[in-house]
Amino acid sequence: MNRYYDFAPSGLAKGWSSFKSAFSFLDNRPTKIALIVLGIVVAYALPLLNLPIITTSGVDFGGVLFDAAAYALIALGLNIVIGYAGLLDLGYVGFYATGAYTTGLLTSQHWHWPFLLALPAAIVVTMITGLILGAPTLRVRGDYLAIVTLGFGEIIRLVTTNVDWLGAQAGIANIPSPPNIGSNAPGQQGGLFQIPHLSWSTFPNIIDVGHKTPFLEFGPVDAIPFYWLVLTAFFIVIVGDILVKNSRVGRAWEATREDEDAAEVMGVPTFRFKLLAFALGAAIGGMSGSFFATREGFISPLTFIITLSELFVAAVIIGGAGNRWGAAVGGVLVAYLPDRFRGFADYRMLVFGLALMMLAIWRPQGIFPARRARRALRAEAAIEELEGETVDA
Amino acid sequence: MPEPTSPTTTDARRSLLEVDDVTIRFGGVTAMDGVTFDIKEGEILGLIGPNGAGKTTCFNVMTGVYQATSGQIRFDGQVLHKIQRYKITRLGIARTFQNIRLFKSMTALENVMVGADAHSKVGFFRALFRTPMHRKTESESKARALELLKFVGVDGRADELAANLSYGDQRRLEIARAMATNPKLLCLDEPAAGFNPAEKQRLMELIRKVREQGYTVLLIEHDMRLVMGVTDRIVVLEFGRKIAEGSPAEIRDNPAVIAAYLGVEEDDDAAS
Repeated sequence: MNRYYDFAPSGLAKGWSSFKSAFSFLDNRPTKIALIVLGIVVAYALPLLNLPIITTSGVDFGGVLFDAAAYALIALGLNIVIGYAGLLDLGYVGFYATGAYTTGLLTSQHWHWPFLLALPAAIVVTMITGLILGAPTLRVRGDYLAIVTLGFGEIIRLVTTNVDWLGAQAGIANIPSPPNIGSNAPGQQGGLFQIPHLSWSTFPNIIDVGHKTPFLEFGPVDAIPFYWLVLTAFFIVIVGDILVKNSRVGRAWEATREDEDAAEVMGVPTFRFKLLAFALGAAIGGMSGSFFATREGFISPLTFIITLSELFVAAVIIGGAGNRWGAAVGGVLVAYLPDRFRGFADYRMLVFGLALMMLAIWRPQGIFPARRARRALRAEAAIEELEGETVDA
Repeated sequence: MPEPTSPTTTDARRSLLEVDDVTIRFGGVTAMDGVTFDIKEGEILGLIGPNGAGKTTCFNVMTGVYQATSGQIRFDGQVLHKIQRYKITRLGIARTFQNIRLFKSMTALENVMVGADAHSKVGFFRALFRTPMHRKTESESKARALELLKFVGVDGRADELAANLSYGDQRRLEIARAMATNPKLLCLDEPAAGFNPAEKQRLMELIRKVREQGYTVLLIEHDMRLVMGVTDRIVVLEFGRKIAEGSPAEIRDNPAVIAAYLGVEEDDDAAS
């Protein structure tokens, strides 16, 4: 056996258990709730805090956070497909594009729906697209499904490039923003009220009255309201994710991923559950695409390239497939790191690639592995310890 | 629940499963050739035969993995033909696997709960909105799963990952998982494979206990002592044909069986 691979996970598992015991106070329910609330508040306040180190220089931090939240949302959706149901979907960008294009068509290109109507329409259309793609293809397994979905992503891109009704190469412009809340008179700052940002360079006068974000105005300049919108969607989706996963549905997905034939024999209609996972993943991807369209105001086929699919899959794998928070963190990192290290200019993708490779070597199960992977590692460590003892004795 | 059956009264009972002149061909190979037998309600039927006799094929055609080339299988009055496998499970046929096929990354409890979910009507929306029905079936599934874990003797390790259980516990967990689907007929495919004599003894007791609960059991097994000790009736297959059928005592004295099977038992065991 390869000693290296034997050692790496066990050390990890020991590290994890000591980490876990150090944070055992987290098992306390009120503490847990307080921490969750704190985390949510920090997440919403993050773009206003201007925290040193993590705030990106040279790129609008609100925009970066919007991307990060959108990618986290995408990773949640793809995690249902890859992490829960075990279906390798390499064409997820197709659903992202479907959501964005549905929004573009309904609000700008052919109709003039308001965004808030187009959003649910985009979700439903993408879900139906997922069902249409899934119904024939989910009968093939493993690698074949990956190839079929890869093709789907490309087909969507080629269709949008060539069909005039979809805007062809010119894309779709003038996609409206979500409605504002509060006054929106021209020439003055809108919103119900204005929230000042913090500025640490002028310490101790850290409240920066010159830089405010109106609540709530969706404009082309300030991306923060868009970030809040996506963040809200993210939290709603993750609650839904928790509820559905901790039920018969989640068990059926897991059983199907583990052993499809055995699951079927145990009375799980595996095809139906795979299709459900596929459609849910598609719907969430479509939702994210719709947010992207309204934020950018303009979409073109050039956005929805195949590498985006790879990035989405990378996000899920980096974070830890099967663990929703891990996947979300993966999404955030994938969006955030390249922008944070923009200072390295041309080298940032190289650095990002290196980081991915190192992760693949030292932590192949992702930063936050799913519960099953953690438990398996702990068991491995325990066995190794026992074996070590017998050898010593 | 039907009363436990004694071997002498089985013939008077209703047939639960009827295998009627079933033939299966894979290309030029005839895996089952006009096999006819039935399983009566409440009995333990042993299906034996040398390696390659068609036992597992028979099993697979009953559980919908293969379709019969000709002939019919009727379960509880219904013809099983082109019915999806999960529906066959819902009709009431459950099985274990010769090579253990648990959901390894799920806990023992979750494994059994998957089985208990077989008749659940909870889908996406009921789970998402946490309807009263979801809560009810969830707690019922859990209670039933825990009860079954206790029944097969794997309780106390309910939260252990299935992959981390000992070999014997994994085999017993498979039985619990199959029982959780609430079957009328429980099919055990070589449940004693890899067991030592003490474990086989325990398994025999477990199978008897299962029958006492009112289940009908089909047992495919290599181990002669186990089959003779626990079954009410035995069907012997050889090269895809049924060569004998009867009580354990009759089978033991049947010259065709002795020639085909018992006579080579030692070699057979050594080979497997």
